[in-house]
Amino acid sequence: MAVSKENPLNQFLIDRIVPIHIGGVDASFTNSALLMIIAAGLITLLIVGATWRAALVPGRLQSISEMLYEFIAKMIDDNVGHEGLRYFPFIFTLFMFILFGNLLGMIPYSFTFTSHIIVTFGMSIVIFVGVTFIGLWRHGLHFLKLFVPHGVPIGLLAVVVPIEVLSYFIRPMTLSIRLFANMMAGHTMLAIFAGFVAPLGAFYLVPGLLPIALDVALIFLELLVAVLQAYVFAILTTLYLAEAIHLH
Amino acid sequence: MPQLDFSTFPPQLVWLFITFAVLYGLMAAVALPRVGGAIAARREKIDGDIDKAGALKAESEAVLVAYERALAEARASAQSVLKETTERLAAAAAERQKVLTDKLTAETAAAEKRIADAKNAALANLKSVAAEVARSAVGKLAGENLDEATIGTAIDRALAERG
Repeated sequence: MAVSKENPLNQFLIDRIVPIHIGGVDASFTNSALLMIIAAGLITLLIVGATWRAALVPGRLQSISEMLYEFIAKMIDDNVGHEGLRYFPFIFTLFMFILFGNLLGMIPYSFTFTSHIIVTFGMSIVIFVGVTFIGLWRHGLHFLKLFVPHGVPIGLLAVVVPIEVLSYFIRPMTLSIRLFANMMAGHTMLAIFAGFVAPLGAFYLVPGLLPIALDVALIFLELLVAVLQAYVFAILTTLYLAEAIHLH
Repeated sequence: MPQLDFSTFPPQLVWLFITFAVLYGLMAAVALPRVGGAIAARREKIDGDIDKAGALKAESEAVLVAYERALAEARASAQSVLKETTERLAAAAAERQKVLTDKLTAETAAAEKRIADAKNAALANLKSVAAEVARSAVGKLAGENLDEATIGTAIDRALAERG
């Protein structure tokens, strides 16, 4: 039985609002790009606007900006130490960009750019390559010690080292799939239950209310997931960075 | 699944790169230094105020210590002045009392001597008067004159008997 004429996956369709082609590369301005620009604009408005006239006693917006700043700064300081603070702007931007992408996607009829594997993978692969370069630059070939854990018997190394290597190189996959799958699953679920509302409500009012109630509950869960996944992405990036700088 | 439509990958990556790079530039160059500056300025101000309060507290404590020392000194000097004055006054009183006592003793002694002299003179007079009375009484009653020695002896004996 078709519960809805609309496919729940259609919300993830990329819509080329302004088709642009530069030298054979498709650089069309899409709904994804629109949401990315809105996210970047809101973040800039929040942080720059809040501190336009930085006050000694902060106002509401300035307090939010300062709390976000200190939250990320403390996260880096706790996990990486002072050497990590030079990467603070990157991790802050990453966290805010994903957070706003996730939260803006919660607005009905908008679009969640973090629900696309290519976007999350694009960020993960840059992080992976960057962190690997930082590790090699700081430690040279000693960086390869990362794959040889301390205190493992020689006999076991034949097993442990390939596992360590594999777990290191699938990081861009795990990091990107975690965010993408969480966002996609949540939004698909919301759409599926929303699709039940009309068919069930067509018969009786009360059964039609059930999927609505479920969706309301799910929206709260999805708001939590939106914040949590942005945090998870940022803290994993921080931990990878810590590893590259300190080698365990 | 729209996510696996490879034809949508290039535009998404292009705009991801553009927006993220612009946002990173804005955050790193403008936004975050402002927020960090505001936080640092506040921390500096608070630390400065705490330092100032600490300095003022130390100063007030030093003033208090100095005040207490001055108070203790004043108390000690008052005590010594009081003690000295008491001693001086006691010595003066003792001196004056001694002078007075000596004077009174001397006066008493002089008076006693005067009294004794007067008594002796009176007694001597009494003896000669008694002798005269005795002689004239004997002359008139017995018609005979007694010599002085006899009368004197008799009077002495009579006086001795009466004490």
